[in-house]
Amino acid sequence: MKTFKHLLLLFLSIGLFTACSDDDDPVAVNEEEVITTMTLSLQAVGGGAPIIFQSRDADGDGPNAPVVTVSGPLAANTTYGGEIEFLNELESPAEDITEEVLEEDDEHQVFYSFTGGSGTSFNYNDSDGNGNPIGVSITLASGAAAVGNTLTVVLKHEPTKPNDGTAAGGGGETDIEATFTFDVN
Amino acid sequence: MKYYSLIVLFSFCSFSIAQKCDAVFLGELKDFHDNTPLNGATIFIRSLNKYTSSDINGKFKIENLCNGELTLVITHLACETKTVTYNITGDMFQSIALEHHIEALNEVSVKAVVDKKETKTAQETIIKSGTLRRYSNLSIGDALKEVPGVSSINTGNTIVKPIINGLYGSRLLILNNNVRLQDQEWGVEHAPNIDINSANRISVIKGSGALAYGGDAVGGVIVINPARTILKDSLFGKTIVSGQTNSRGLSVSTILNKSFSSGWFANIQGSLKRNGDFEAPDYMLTNTGLRSNGITLQGGKKTFESGFEVFYSYLFNEIGILRSSHIGNISDLVNAINSQKPQVIDDFGYDINAPKQEVTHHLFKATYYKRFKNFGKINLQYDYQNNQRFEFDIRVGDDRDKPALDLNLQTHTLLADVQLDADLNRKTNFGLMGRYQDNFANPDTGIRRLIPDYDKYDFGAYLTSEWILNETFTLDAGLRYDFNRIDSKKFYRTSRWEERGYDNDFQDIIIASVYGTDIVYGVIDPDASDYLTNPVFNFHNFSASAGVRYNLNENSYLLGNYSLSSRPPNVSELFSDGLHHSAARIELGDLRLDQEISNRIALSYKLEQSNFDLLIEGYYNRISDFIYLRPTGVEQTIRGAFPVWEFQQTQAELFGIDVASNLNFNDNFTWRNKSSYIKGNDLSLGIDLIDMPAFNTINTLSYRNEKWNNFSANLTSEWVFEQKDFPDFNFEAFVPTTNETVLVDISTPPPAYHLLHFYSDVSFNISAKTNMNISLNINNVFNINYRAYLNRLRYFADDLGRNITLQLQINY
Repeated sequence: MKTFKHLLLLFLSIGLFTACSDDDDPVAVNEEEVITTMTLSLQAVGGGAPIIFQSRDADGDGPNAPVVTVSGPLAANTTYGGEIEFLNELESPAEDITEEVLEEDDEHQVFYSFTGGSGTSFNYNDSDGNGNPIGVSITLASGAAAVGNTLTVVLKHEPTKPNDGTAAGGGGETDIEATFTFDVN
Repeated sequence: MKYYSLIVLFSFCSFSIAQKCDAVFLGELKDFHDNTPLNGATIFIRSLNKYTSSDINGKFKIENLCNGELTLVITHLACETKTVTYNITGDMFQSIALEHHIEALNEVSVKAVVDKKETKTAQETIIKSGTLRRYSNLSIGDALKEVPGVSSINTGNTIVKPIINGLYGSRLLILNNNVRLQDQEWGVEHAPNIDINSANRISVIKGSGALAYGGDAVGGVIVINPARTILKDSLFGKTIVSGQTNSRGLSVSTILNKSFSSGWFANIQGSLKRNGDFEAPDYMLTNTGLRSNGITLQGGKKTFESGFEVFYSYLFNEIGILRSSHIGNISDLVNAINSQKPQVIDDFGYDINAPKQEVTHHLFKATYYKRFKNFGKINLQYDYQNNQRFEFDIRVGDDRDKPALDLNLQTHTLLADVQLDADLNRKTNFGLMGRYQDNFANPDTGIRRLIPDYDKYDFGAYLTSEWILNETFTLDAGLRYDFNRIDSKKFYRTSRWEERGYDNDFQDIIIASVYGTDIVYGVIDPDASDYLTNPVFNFHNFSASAGVRYNLNENSYLLGNYSLSSRPPNVSELFSDGLHHSAARIELGDLRLDQEISNRIALSYKLEQSNFDLLIEGYYNRISDFIYLRPTGVEQTIRGAFPVWEFQQTQAELFGIDVASNLNFNDNFTWRNKSSYIKGNDLSLGIDLIDMPAFNTINTLSYRNEKWNNFSANLTSEWVFEQKDFPDFNFEAFVPTTNETVLVDISTPPPAYHLLHFYSDVSFNISAKTNMNISLNINNVFNINYRAYLNRLRYFADDLGRNITLQLQINY
């Protein structure tokens, strides 16, 4: 049967054209947008070594939990100037995402919330073009001496602005959510 | 019925010789299929204006012929009329084959053959063009719900993925003009890339009975066909224009068909759709618009003995996804669930912003067939598909306009199919399939690949047969073997590699260690950020089916069918590895997954009477190693905590019953009902299966009066019950911003709902060849608020409110 011979040929030819497929290895993705590291530096107004609150997640969405560190206790009844920095350390050198946040400040806001006996509070030091807070720069009042207080920092993309000052009320999409436990001495 | 088939043999003899009118032509007429001689055929000799006829041996003789052209027109009872031309240069003998089995000729028939099904004993339902027309401004997934037991899993209301008897995605095969659709169907948010306006007829086959199409149809097969070619000289067309109030949408579709009695034909079809933001009863569904363009071109030549066809279709869809469904973590999901309405509600607009999808699908096919005497038909087909999928997320800075997902899937398929129909009571069909597929995930997105680069090779061989034993019994059976090979290159985070335990089982497939974007081959370094791996999978799949049709009497029959199917894990099930934003969960595939095997038993009863029709379809589907996503734990990231869902295998069963009935009270009033019930169980864990459609019943009362320009008015009640059988995958999450632990209720299905729809149309003739149909459709007449269990955006917003559609169709 000649027809079957032709069929057979046809199927041999599929092997040929699949053999020609390119076998290039893929390139690694340059992960541009990931925030791996958030660092809040608190500098007492009277001077001294800054207190560092840091959450660092070297594998991004990977299985390893972020490493959350607080470098030391805050001094009671002290005013601190706070600056926050967001880094993508998957890129080399690390990319400073804070710049992008500030460039699009009307679409971002950092929310801070506290629990515990210290009564720690904060004020926004910066504002976007519409006069709404951003939260990259803050002033923090440490409050009374107490242990086991918490600070939760949330970076939101496209929250409702202005809002009621809470992360839940702001809506939008959460890019960072980190909780620190700290003492006030 | 009349058949016209014309075969013209061109004569290249251009010089003339002196007239000598003493040539003799001897002819022998035989049946095309079995070579039996045909006696009593009438032969009209055109040049002599004379008639003769064939004798008992099928032979005839024409004497005293002049040299030159001889044209014979041969007619025989129950045969197609055949015209043949010969160039006489002396005495001549010719054997001429006539097609005797006209009932087998449906491919070239002038009149449509009613309900020509793809299968003999499977549970198959056909949706005809008259019904499809009503969905011109919607999607193929909406139209498929005409079939009892077919529902859909939606992302909003423009991404509609069909579900057959509880199964969807890779468990369904979709064929567009005999080409198996390859369009990243593994994704729940990926709707089939088919322009509903290019479809003229859809067959829905429940289960895997149609083995010629594939062996992995655990759920079913959807066969979509364009308009059939009519073998006569004609030019006709159809234009449909629809406007709808909800989303202020407009849809236009046109098709033009040209055909010749010689068998040549050409069709062109195009459609355009624009929708703005859709509306729930109480608010705008911001960023839910749709832009869609499609073109289909088809041409070729078809005769009874041979033919070819070239087909090309293009479809582009840009689909907005509800703005408020884009969330960052569990706290956002809790906010969304607690909030009664979406968090972003803007004024109406046609703009489509991120999050959105842009999908382009090209399909090219070339096919050739030839019939051989006393044998059957051979069909060869090559097809090529190119699927380009972009998904845009809400991003910042320079990446704002960059897609977050950029996948290109190219597929080449060769198909050879042989149908042996010399004995029409015992047909056999066998074939071979070879396929090569190349997936490319563009790294320029700046986001880790959701699906890796891979090459996939498929080879299939099948044999199916049907026997018409007698008036009451028809049997069919089939066997199929498929080989699949996936050869991929995937990056794994070293931390994920170890967490999955792959360092114990798969260390040998690591080909490089990755530091940032630097790849060092031949090194396995646990301190590297990633490994580049080369997973290769080979799957051997066997599938089979057997069925019987038993005619109880002239107007009722029973179908029984058993099918075995085997589906290898898809690339998503193997390779998923990361955060699924809109679901706020981490989804993980598993390299260790194996095929799932389905054993399905189906039984149907069909009764057709002049005033009452009834179809009852029952099934039991037992699936070993059923693959599905299930929550298994929680992982912490810098965005907060996320539940982890893993693809796991389990023993599962699905069973249910679908009923359709039709009662004509008189010539004008008809009542129709469609109901379906399904139950799915995870037998290993003793829990319900997730995402099973709830019991639903649809009743339509219709009035029709042919005297009033075919006026019809239909009132439809759609009643969807609350799904009480669901697995409890709720979890407790600590929301640090409010300092509370909350129960995240992602499992409880929404309450039952009942909607009323109204449809009315009239048809009339404008001229002898032009007729017009005008229809009015009101969906959700009372603007009821509801949420559907199988809409993935049900956490974020209500479903659609009232929609009034006015449609105009002109046939010319």
